[in-house]
Amino acid sequence: MKIGKARVPYLLLLPGFAFLFTFFILPILNLAQTSTQTPVKGGDTGEYEQSFAFSNYINAFVDNKEQFGRSFVYATLATILALAIAYPLAYAIAFKSGKFKNILLVLVVAPFFTSFLLRTVAWKQILGEEGFIVPTLRSLHIISEQTTLTSTAFAVVAGMTYNFLPFMTLPLYASLERIDPRTIEASGDLYANGLTTFRRVTVPLSMPGVVAGTLLTFIPAAGDYVNAAILGSPNTKMIGNVIESRYFKIVDYPTAAALSFTLMAAILILVTLYIRKAGTEELV
Amino acid sequence: MSQKIKDATIPTIPTKARISRWFGRNMLRIYMIFGFTYLFIPVAYTFVFSFNDSGKSNLIWKGFTLSNWQNPCGAPEVCNALGNSIKIGVLATTFATILGTMIAFAIGRYQFKGRSSSNLLIFLPMATPEIVLGASLLSLFLVFKINPGFWPTVIAHVMFCTSFVVVTVKARIASLDPRLEQAAMDLYANELETFRRVTLPLVAPGIAGAALLAFSLSFDDFIITNFNSGTLITFPKFVYVSAARGIPAQANVIGSSMFFLALAIVIAGQLVNRKKAR
Repeated sequence: MKIGKARVPYLLLLPGFAFLFTFFILPILNLAQTSTQTPVKGGDTGEYEQSFAFSNYINAFVDNKEQFGRSFVYATLATILALAIAYPLAYAIAFKSGKFKNILLVLVVAPFFTSFLLRTVAWKQILGEEGFIVPTLRSLHIISEQTTLTSTAFAVVAGMTYNFLPFMTLPLYASLERIDPRTIEASGDLYANGLTTFRRVTVPLSMPGVVAGTLLTFIPAAGDYVNAAILGSPNTKMIGNVIESRYFKIVDYPTAAALSFTLMAAILILVTLYIRKAGTEELV
Repeated sequence: MSQKIKDATIPTIPTKARISRWFGRNMLRIYMIFGFTYLFIPVAYTFVFSFNDSGKSNLIWKGFTLSNWQNPCGAPEVCNALGNSIKIGVLATTFATILGTMIAFAIGRYQFKGRSSSNLLIFLPMATPEIVLGASLLSLFLVFKINPGFWPTVIAHVMFCTSFVVVTVKARIASLDPRLEQAAMDLYANELETFRRVTLPLVAPGIAGAALLAFSLSFDDFIITNFNSGTLITFPKFVYVSAARGIPAQANVIGSSMFFLALAIVIAGQLVNRKKAR
């Protein structure tokens, strides 16, 4: 049996794409379909029929605009914090670690081999009433007796920053490591001091890593609900928490679907704008 | 002699300036120490509390014991959840690695119509928030009256792991030296032989890395699993559910073991690479 050469790539793609079509594209289309359904009159809870109720979107957004806003503010804060923490770390590993480079790189990723949830719960206990940080801060009168660290927006943002840190560090490291050291030497030869070299040579050359890292952090953070559920309170609920409870507690599938789509659309628009902006800045 | 020159050219520096200069030179090193401490605090906490003689709730330190490590199945629900996670992880990794590697070869090795849209289809699942992936798949299963559970979870994991496998293997294929394959062909190997004896062994480390990545993504996944697993309990799900009333110390034993196991695998991989490079 001889297979035509032109057909080989399509045959290789076929099983994987058939799978992705059935279990990724089809569900998304089905979700779109669900999002405009309304409850069957006189039906059981969880029974819905198609009625092209686009008002679902407006209602879903208006009812939950606070959680939407919070998701984007928290995710943005966590992304900025992660960038601030990861950039010097990636820089140090790429340029200043010599023969320890590989070991340090493994150490950056290593904490994330412990389960994501165990780490989040560990933070909850470290920052909680029984941990050692809160009593210490209280006895030093840095925080008052009533102040807690968990169940606050601070804890949620801190949790997200921590949990998505490797997604920021690895692309940053990859793009920093690729920088030709001679470009930095050249900058020094042209009388640029360390800061100017960093600002005008290193940072622009590492922009692909910054863009990739911020996207890989922002997207999962905006849709996350685990950090808010474990480290937060009812006042720090994000859109992910709303979608989850609409699905499981209220069985309100259309609203959950409409919220999911709005979240996806909002992320897509922001990401497109961001890539365009970052792209032009790179050229300047 | 050289000592004298040094003394002559560098006059004594005031202590203040010396300290600030030391800071300037070691700033990044100090930063690294802080950075790594931050990264390892929850890991260390989890490890320390795996030795806690805690009973049911592992919130407060009550004394040192080895019994959790000697008998990790002392809390049977922990082991049950772990077993489910491993089964799902192995199955999902196998399927995702096969499907993803095939796609990676198609995209990495051939020019064909629809190549850029294929890249887009691979990128999309990675750019979609997990909650949307999980929720949409669940609603599809509900339409076809498939109850969430073991197999729906495996399918969900294959779906989100495949893209990561493609990206990892594709990167390895792109870094291959095309001259190696040309050399094989020059030595009268046919296409199939070249693939089996030259290309595949060269890409194999990339495939192994992709499989490890897929397994760790599957093992650690909570959001998508939570939507599609129904009453089945996986390890992350167990931790989430029992977080409110305290997690048994045996869960910390398993978390710490995973950490050391993964670390050992990565270090072994590095050592093998170094040996090969020599």
